[in-house]
Amino acid sequence: MYEEVTSGSRTRRTLTGTARMLAALKLDGALLIGLGLVAVYGLVVLYSASGQSLATIIRAGAHLGMGAVAMLLLAQVNPNFLRRSSPWLYLLGVVLLLVVDGIGYIGKGAQRWLDLGVLRFQPSEVMKLAVPMMCAWFLHDRALPPRVSSLAVLTVLIFVPVGLVALQPDLGTAALIAIAGGLVIVMAGLKVRIMAALAALGAIAGWFGWAFMHDYQKKRVLTFFDPNTDRLGAGYHIIQSQIAIGSGGVFGKGWMHGSQAQLQFLPERSTDFIFAVIGEEFGLLGLALLLLLYAFVVARALYLAMQTQDTFARLLGGSLALTFFVYVFINAGMVSGLLPVVGVPLPLVSYGGSSMVTLLAGFGILMSLYSHRKLMGS
Amino acid sequence: MVQGVRIKDHWKEQRLFERRALVAGALILALTLTLIGRLYVLQVMRHDYYMELSQGNGVRTEPIPAARGLILDRNGNLLAGNQPAYQLELVPEEVPDLNASLQGLVKLGLIDADAVDELRRMIRSRRPFDSVPVRLRMSDEDVARFAVRRFEFPGLDIKTRQTRFYPEGALAVHALGYVGAISEPDLQHIDRAAYSGTALIGKLGVESAYEKQLHGGNGYREILVNALGRSVQRQGALMPDLRTHAPAAGDDLVLSLDLKVQQVAEKALGDHRGAVVALNPRNGDVFALASRPGFDPSLFARGITNSEYAALTDNIDKPLLNRALRGAYPSGSTIKPVVALAGLTYHVLNPDKVEFCAGVYHLPGSTRLFREGKGGHHGHVALQDAIAKSCDVYFYGLAATLGVNRIAAFLAPFGYGSVTGIDISGEKPGLLPTPEWKKLAFKRPADQVWFPGETINFGVGQGYLLVTPLQLAHVASVIAGRGTNFRPRLVIGLRDANGTVKPIAPIAGKTVEGVSDADWDRVINGMVGAAAYGTAHASFKGLAYSVAGKTGTAQVFTVAQNAKYDEKTVEERLRDHAWFIAFAPVEAPRIAVAVLVENGGFGASAAAPIAREVMDAFLLDADGKLKDVSQAP
Repeated sequence: MYEEVTSGSRTRRTLTGTARMLAALKLDGALLIGLGLVAVYGLVVLYSASGQSLATIIRAGAHLGMGAVAMLLLAQVNPNFLRRSSPWLYLLGVVLLLVVDGIGYIGKGAQRWLDLGVLRFQPSEVMKLAVPMMCAWFLHDRALPPRVSSLAVLTVLIFVPVGLVALQPDLGTAALIAIAGGLVIVMAGLKVRIMAALAALGAIAGWFGWAFMHDYQKKRVLTFFDPNTDRLGAGYHIIQSQIAIGSGGVFGKGWMHGSQAQLQFLPERSTDFIFAVIGEEFGLLGLALLLLLYAFVVARALYLAMQTQDTFARLLGGSLALTFFVYVFINAGMVSGLLPVVGVPLPLVSYGGSSMVTLLAGFGILMSLYSHRKLMGS
Repeated sequence: MVQGVRIKDHWKEQRLFERRALVAGALILALTLTLIGRLYVLQVMRHDYYMELSQGNGVRTEPIPAARGLILDRNGNLLAGNQPAYQLELVPEEVPDLNASLQGLVKLGLIDADAVDELRRMIRSRRPFDSVPVRLRMSDEDVARFAVRRFEFPGLDIKTRQTRFYPEGALAVHALGYVGAISEPDLQHIDRAAYSGTALIGKLGVESAYEKQLHGGNGYREILVNALGRSVQRQGALMPDLRTHAPAAGDDLVLSLDLKVQQVAEKALGDHRGAVVALNPRNGDVFALASRPGFDPSLFARGITNSEYAALTDNIDKPLLNRALRGAYPSGSTIKPVVALAGLTYHVLNPDKVEFCAGVYHLPGSTRLFREGKGGHHGHVALQDAIAKSCDVYFYGLAATLGVNRIAAFLAPFGYGSVTGIDISGEKPGLLPTPEWKKLAFKRPADQVWFPGETINFGVGQGYLLVTPLQLAHVASVIAGRGTNFRPRLVIGLRDANGTVKPIAPIAGKTVEGVSDADWDRVINGMVGAAAYGTAHASFKGLAYSVAGKTGTAQVFTVAQNAKYDEKTVEERLRDHAWFIAFAPVEAPRIAVAVLVENGGFGASAAAPIAREVMDAFLLDADGKLKDVSQAP
């Protein structure tokens, strides 16, 4: 690509200089701006939601930095290498999940973390990327739409890690991993009638699954249908978050002026329920702005995926873009009372290192797939 | 790379992906709009509802108790007030080791060792951030002792709280009542909201009867609380508009009691069990209302212990019993002036006719003999001397002539057998017996008959007739007023926070009708004679004013037989009760008194001197001269 550098204003020179730098770094400027705006918005809200804790902002900034580094590094990786390493990453993830589950079994308690001394991380986070990569890898060489035999294999590939995560037990993450894998198959052209059949099957499975759910999980579902049944228990979260959002009105109560959030009536105000803080303090306009930013990010991500040249890149990119939206929708839906309460953070806004790094790593992969597209398909 | 029969068609697959991506985009748009719709419902359509809920969440209304009204005597002397008292309070969550702290307090002598368990249970049952009192009413010494060791007791602090105090101690306790912890039954009839933040409520006496006026109106202040219910000063930039509503202090009560008269009355009763009631015959004001023994009302305000309460209830002298209102005794001869009035009014008695008293009376148509209560005989007596010398034989005959129904009908307007309506509760009506009453009161038909002999006893105030000291003081004031009848009252005015006194008008009862002035004179002369030369003359020597009085001796038939009382105690408690009623000055009566001394023996020697002291205290100045009363009520 040739750029005329000598002509035009200084601003334009700066812009083109920035564009060239981004191109050299294999980053997508538009997506980067979208992500940056969401992240900055998140930090502003987090300062209020954490009760004006500067320490929290610094740690969140550090998470953001780590995520940015992961994104930058992954953007440099050749997609072919990514594709080839997908099975190994997947295998590593499954092994780590087995280890974590084993430790949890011995320790007789819920276990999600793997403590490596210097660094604690959740293998289930790795799986959020490894499962769609594995599915895309599997479908890369195959003719699409996938045949039934392929679907059978993919089902096994998805449900081994999903089952291990569900055993931890972390149903929310397990569902997200299943969705990430499932979206690869959907984008690969899964027949509509098969999807319909699967939906029916899922309903039946859900009905059976109810029998095997933990009491607290059942309670969450029940509470979703009627929060008032358990006002101070499981229903408390959803009642308080709706009060927060509803009392915010159109314009909100103002930054750091949300009584629900500031007086801690809103539980998990800086993590899973931060969406309600935005609703309370910035109102409907604040939430609409956030959703607009998210929509921009998802749209740009989908566009980038469409521009890629091979099956692996398209399927993985499409899954990453859509999964991001699924996170947003599940979190916003749960906090506003449209969906049951599941532990899904609001992407890039909720306080939490693991999900921040994983998300930005995913976008790094997407950028790599896009910026190296000319190298692929050979 | 190619597997199976199908060939990978990159162009077609690209189109497939793009189609799916577009559908996904449309789906995303739809879901986002769904979200926005949901938010519209919450934030626009139901905004007001949620706004209200959110305000209710963070703002709590905290009551500010109103200062309880004071109680003053008629001259403005303080009888009950409020005093800041030091108390030791503990915030459970700030105490690292509760057991160690409590043991430390025991060592300092601030709490009893055997109260520790109870205290610990009480503290555990409270919210961890509430300040719990562990020791009330600390002396300056206690405070000092704690202060030097303060650093050893994190989470404990000395707080100042308003409590009730009675500067005169047990004085007039049966008129004042006391305040105590709000009990379960109290909660049934009070507005709980008005008492939130208040620990004490009036019990008995004017403290209870005028509870509403004394209590005042609670104020409130809105405070910001967080989700844990903990009060927060400020949270971030959050500064909602918090309202404060000042409490309205309770009204002060101005009592009819005269501190000096009350003191004299209680001092004169001394260690006797008994009661003194002094009334103003012109308006019902109660100058003194004493019942002995009494008790210290501040015991209840600071939280009475079980053993202290048991000591009061188990005491054979019954200090909790208000004898003035609730002690019902036979009236003895104090009834004679009223029976004489009945005889005169029904025209069955010639006041000047001299009867002969040989010390014994034969009931016509019966073999039964009725003797002088105190033995002896009076010789020739007309009405005046019969009253003055309290001749039983004279009144036996009069009673027989009148008959029980006429006596009872005449007695009723004086207040016998009914409550006087004094403005505190608990008053007993006594008993005015009639043949009808007897028919209903007894089960066995043989007992339901009214015997003529019972009429004879009735005529001298023995038998079934029961009166309270308050009732007899009221009778004395009716005689003093020649039939005027005022409801006795302890509270004569309410003083509001601005110091303005709202007087309470006296309430007049039904005047005793049908008694001629001449007949009033005749009977009152008899009572004057009792003090001048009759039964009570020994107590009224050197009097600076004129007085009319009547002694009485109420027979005691039984005493609770209990092995733990020694013989001497039983013997003492079988002695007659002594009565004396009086009013003075005779020409323009300003005070009417009834004195009862339980087991005091003869009324003249035990009760009359007390009545004199009370009247002296009221009528005389410091030099023993009659006070100028032209200004007084």
